[in-house]
Amino acid sequence: METTESFTQYKSRINESLGNEFLRTAMDNFAVAYRTARKKAFSDIDVDALIQEVAAIKSDAILNHELLLKQFISKAKENGIHIHPAKTAQDANRIIATIAEQTGSKKIIKSKSMTAEEIHLNRYLENKGLEVTETDLGEWIVQLRQEGPSHMVMPAIHLSRYQVADLFSKETRKDQSNEIEKLVKVARKQLREKFVKADMGITGANYALAQTGTIGIVSNEGNARLVTTWPRVHVALLGIDKILPSIIEALTINKVLPKNATGQAITSYVTWITGPSECKNMAIENKNVPTASIKKPGQKREMHIVLLDNGRKAIAEDPLFAQVLQCVRGGACANVCPVYRMVGGHSLGYVYIGAIGLITTYFFHGRENAANLVQNCTNCGACKAVCAGGINLPYLIKEIHSKILDETGHPLKSLLLGKVLKNRKLFHSLLRTASLAQKPVTGGTPYLRHLPMIFSKEHNFRTLPAITDTPFRDRFKKHYKPPANPKLKIAVFSGCVQDFVYPEQLEAAMALLKRADVGVAFPMDQSCCGLPAMMMGEKQAARDVALQNINAFKDLDVDYIVSLCASCASHLKNHLPDLVRDYAQNDQEIFSDKVIPFSRFVVDKIGVTFEENGQASGKTAFHSPCHLCRGLGVKKEPKILINASGHQYVKTDEEETCCGFGGSFSANFPTISNEILTRKLDDVENSGADLLVTECPGCVMQLRGGALKQNRNFKVKHISEIIQPTSKLS
Amino acid sequence: MDKEQTLSIFKQKASLASAIVHEEGQIKEALNKAVALCLAKPFCENLMPKNNEPAEQKMIAAPNLNPQEYKILDDLCQQNDFLLINDDLRNHPGGLEMGITTINCGIAETGTLVLNSDSEETRLATMLCETHVAILKANDIYQTTQDAAQVLNDLLKQPSSYTAFITGASRTADIERVLTLGVHGPLELHIILIGE
Repeated sequence: METTESFTQYKSRINESLGNEFLRTAMDNFAVAYRTARKKAFSDIDVDALIQEVAAIKSDAILNHELLLKQFISKAKENGIHIHPAKTAQDANRIIATIAEQTGSKKIIKSKSMTAEEIHLNRYLENKGLEVTETDLGEWIVQLRQEGPSHMVMPAIHLSRYQVADLFSKETRKDQSNEIEKLVKVARKQLREKFVKADMGITGANYALAQTGTIGIVSNEGNARLVTTWPRVHVALLGIDKILPSIIEALTINKVLPKNATGQAITSYVTWITGPSECKNMAIENKNVPTASIKKPGQKREMHIVLLDNGRKAIAEDPLFAQVLQCVRGGACANVCPVYRMVGGHSLGYVYIGAIGLITTYFFHGRENAANLVQNCTNCGACKAVCAGGINLPYLIKEIHSKILDETGHPLKSLLLGKVLKNRKLFHSLLRTASLAQKPVTGGTPYLRHLPMIFSKEHNFRTLPAITDTPFRDRFKKHYKPPANPKLKIAVFSGCVQDFVYPEQLEAAMALLKRADVGVAFPMDQSCCGLPAMMMGEKQAARDVALQNINAFKDLDVDYIVSLCASCASHLKNHLPDLVRDYAQNDQEIFSDKVIPFSRFVVDKIGVTFEENGQASGKTAFHSPCHLCRGLGVKKEPKILINASGHQYVKTDEEETCCGFGGSFSANFPTISNEILTRKLDDVENSGADLLVTECPGCVMQLRGGALKQNRNFKVKHISEIIQPTSKLS
Repeated sequence: MDKEQTLSIFKQKASLASAIVHEEGQIKEALNKAVALCLAKPFCENLMPKNNEPAEQKMIAAPNLNPQEYKILDDLCQQNDFLLINDDLRNHPGGLEMGITTINCGIAETGTLVLNSDSEETRLATMLCETHVAILKANDIYQTTQDAAQVLNDLLKQPSSYTAFITGASRTADIERVLTLGVHGPLELHIILIGE
C-alpha cells in the first residue's frame, strides 16, 4: 500500500501539474469548450427545473433504496441473473475473482466503470493471474500507462496524441502515426482480438431499474455492447446508489446526464439489459472450463450483478451527506472547477475526480487520502451550479473538511484563527496592532512592499494591501450624521476586509446613501462574518461568530442589512441557516432575510440613475464574485450600475469564473491561486477594458494585487468606488 | 406536434448525431438503397487478419428481416455478388461491410433508434459492420422518450431483453477531445425512413 502523502508532497505534485504545458492547454481549452457545449445542449430546455427533477428522483430512490433494491434483486433473480451483494470493496473483488474462477475465465474485457476504479478491481484480478483489458479507448490508454483516469468521462484528457502514439507504438511494436483518426483505428484493431478471446466481460451500469430488474449502460464507443455480447459470462458491478424505480426515472436522468457530461443530446448507445441474453459462444477449447458453463445452442449467457455498498448505506442514512448519492457521474463538477482547470484530475482527485471526488474520497478511500484534497477548493460554487444531481457540493466539501479536522485534531493556525475570531475585541485589537506593526514593510504606501519573512516566495504573486490606520468603524463613529427624514433605514455589515483594509469602499457607499436619504446604522459589535473560519473547517468558530453577529443586529430598526462584500452576504444568507439552526433559528431568519448585497440594494431599493458626469472610463469589465452571481443569484444589477454611472460595461468570457482568492485557499495553494488569477487578468486584458470592477473586497485584494504585480494596464475598483461623487441621483 | 414536425425533428437530430438520413418509399426501395450504399462502399478493413481469410465478396448481415424482406434483399445481393448472411456472425469477428436492421421505433428529440437486440445475431450485425443501415417506418417515430415509455417498458420486461438505443455511429473523443467516428462499432449509421 502507498504511504500517505504529506501536504508538502501534495503541493509539490500540484506544482508539477502546473508546469505541464500540454496539460494546462488541454484543460483550458476544455473548460472553454465545455462551457459553450453545455449551454448549447441545454439551449431549449429549462435546465434548472430538469435538474431539480433529477435531484428529486435520486433523493427519493436513495430514501427508498432498501425497498427498491429488494424489488430489483427479486426481479433480477427471476430473470436468471445471479445477484451478489458486496459490503466492502474487498468483498466485491473477491466475489468477481470467484466468479472468474468458477467459470474458468482467464481473459477478461471491461468497459468503463468508475465503480471498478473505486475498488481497484483490475489490480486485484491481475494479482490473481487474470488478464484484464480495458476496452474504452481512454481507459485502455491509461491502463497501458499504468495510471488512473484523470476525468470520469474522459480518462485520458491529460494526454496528447503524441504520447498516445508513442504508447501505441510500444504496445504494437510498430511505429504508429500520431493522427488521431489512425490512433483510434489502432485501438479498434488491437482490441477486437481481446473481445473475441475473452471469457468474461465486466461492465458498470448507470441505472438499475427495480420494476423490471434491468440495468442501463450509457456509452459512446460501443465497447460496452461487445463486452456484454461476446464473452459467455457478464459481470455488472454497480453501487447500490444506481437504483431507480423504473425506466421512466432513468429516462429523465438520461435527459441531463449526456448533455451535462459532454454536451451531447444523448450518447451513441444506451443499452438496457434485463437478463442473460442469448449467447452462441460455444467455441471453448480451454480444458479449465467447467462443462456446466459451456453454452449449448439457444442457451443464455451467465450473468452476475455485484451490488456494491462500500459505505453507501451509511451515507444514505446520514441526513447531511445522503445527497452525495445523487451523483450521476457526469463529471461536470470537474469541468467547471477553476482548480481542475489548472491542475487536472490526477491532482484533484484520488479515484473520483472534481468536487464530488473531494467528498467521496473520504467515504470510499479514507480520511488519509482525503485530508489534503478536501482543502483544494476555492468554494466558488461553479460545481454546484452545474451538478446534474443538484448536490450542494461546496458546502459538503467544507463539511468533510470540518469532519476530518474533528477526527484528526485541528492544526494550530486554524485553531488560533477560530479562537481569535470568536473574540471580536481581541481580533480587532490584533488588527489595529498589525496596522502599526506593518509600517516597516509598507514604507508609507497603502501596500505591503515586501512580505514578512514568515511567507515563502510563492506567496508573493500579488501585492497585498496594508491595514488601514483608521478602520471604517472609527470613521463612522466620529463623522456619521443621520439624515433628518430617512426614506429607508439600513444597517451596514462591513466584514473585516472593508472595515480594516478598504474603508474607502464603504465611505464611497456612504456618500451615495447620504444623497439617497438612507439612514445608516453600524452596530459596533459586528465581527467577521465567519466564512474564513468555515473555509478552514472551523465550524464551531463559524457558528460562534454567526451568533454574535445575529445579536449585534438584533434590536435594530432597519429595513435592510447591506453588505458590500459578496462573500459576507452570501455566507450570512446561505450558510447561517445550517450553522445556527439549533441555536437561534428565528433570529437568524429575520437577520438573513434582511441581508442584501450593495448593487441589488442600490438598483432595486433606491432605484438610482446617474447624471452624465463626463468622468467615465472607457470599457469597463466586471468580475462577478462567485458568491454574488452563484451564491446570491445577482447578475444584472452590477452591470446596470456600471452603465448608469457613465461607464461602458463590456462582457468578458470569464466574467463568472473565480478569481482564485477563496480566502484561506490562496494562502494554502498560492501557486494555483496565482494561475487562476493570471488567467482571469488575461481575459480582462483581452477585452480591452481599462477598468475592472467587482463587488467583493476579497476579489479586489486578489485582482488589484495581481494587476499591480503583473503591471496590467487596467485599474481594479470596487463597484461603490466608480459611482462618482459628482454624479447626482434622480 | 404533428407527424410532419416530429419527422423533421427526428431527421435534424439524427443528422446532428452523425447519422445519414434517407427517405425511400417502401421497404423494397430501402433495401435497394442499402445495396447501393454497399456497392459504393470500399471493402471493410479486416480487424482479425489471423482469423479471417481475405474477403472475396462484400458481406451483408440482416438477421432481423422478416422472410419476405430477406428474400428481396437476397435477390439484390445475388445480383451484386454480395454474400448475405443471417446466422453465426461470431464467425466474422474481423468485420463485415454492412449490417441491415429494421428498427422498432425512433425518438425524435434525440434522433435515436430503439432496437430489440435480444437475438445475438441482431446485436452482432449492428456491432461488427462498418456501415449500419437502419430501416425505420416514419410512423414509428415518437416525439420524446417519455412518449415511447410504454413501448420501452414492454421491451424491457421480457426476461432476457437486450434493448439498444442507437444514436449515430460509434464515437469517441478520448484523444485530445477530437471527435472520431467508428471505435468499436459502425463507422457510419444510415437511417432509411420508409412509409407503411
